[in-house]
Amino acid sequence: MAQMPEIIRELCNGCGLCITVCSCKGLVLIDNVAVVIETVECDYCTECEAVCPTGAIRCPYEIVVEEG
Amino acid sequence: MSVDIEFLKTIPYFQGLGLAELEAIKRFVFEKSFDANEFIVEEGDPGEALYFVVSGVVKAFKTSAEGKEQILRLIRPGESFNDVPVFDGEPNVASAAAMGPVVLYGIRKSDVGIILRDHPQVAANVVKVLAGRVRHFTSLVEDLSFRNVLGRVAKLLLEYAENGTGLERPHLTQQDMAAMIGTAREMVGRSLKALEEKGAIRIDRHRIVLTDKKALRETAGELL
Ligand code: SF4
Ligand code: SF4
Repeated sequence: MAQMPEIIRELCNGCGLCITVCSCKGLVLIDNVAVVIETVECDYCTECEAVCPTGAIRCPYEIVVEEG
Repeated sequence: MSVDIEFLKTIPYFQGLGLAELEAIKRFVFEKSFDANEFIVEEGDPGEALYFVVSGVVKAFKTSAEGKEQILRLIRPGESFNDVPVFDGEPNVASAAAMGPVVLYGIRKSDVGIILRDHPQVAANVVKVLAGRVRHFTSLVEDLSFRNVLGRVAKLLLEYAENGTGLERPHLTQQDMAAMIGTAREMVGRSLKALEEKGAIRIDRHRIVLTDKKALRETAGELL
């Protein structure tokens, strides 16, 4: 499964800005709340997180040390 | 689409205005649409109009000599851009491009002058908005000049990867990292890119892989 951005539903105000900047069609508004649809097209550009005015989208990173 | 008075009311520049005043201002407002990634204004151009974002998001940015883009701020609905060249008559200080489909309201420079003269409340609002902008840029400048953000990001990554095991370490967003080291999210994004170019880390989709701890330690320098 591709890691996708996460939405904190309670923080989402339904403004739709994340959708306007996303190039992957991985975000939609359902009942005025942004919802993530898993897609391989999402390149984790994190622009949705950058534009969200309420901090409702998170693009978290795992931090690991290269083995070997 | 005709210019929407209800939307004008939400613009910080037009707060506290009555309906008659908004109607008078509305006559000067024109609408313009842009596609994703289209340039709206370019650095160095004369400032011909003041713009307000109606829908979508616009990024204001500068491009360095090496072609690197530095985002100065994101402009969301209700917010304005291109104010500086319109107010001081000098060329544009930054470029602006649409981050997705964007609808704007614009007011020509000469009309902005008329509005400021006829509606003192707008002038008072402009002062307030620009003061807020100065605060934003002051903290960016502070980051750029007084503190070593790159070093602090390197230190954070090292400490984070070396403490505890995977499960108990929550994953961090660029926003989280910014909050942890007391900087702006833009600065974290820029630092991660710089560390990747140095070969100290590799960004593998949602994974930041520390590929060269020694280089990271050097970057973190005396902060460690
Ligand atoms: S930008 Fe943020 S608040 Fe707006 S719809 Fe997307 S998740 Fe919700
Ligand atoms: S990370 Fe980029 S591509 Fe993925 S959902 Fe967000 S805006 Fe779309």
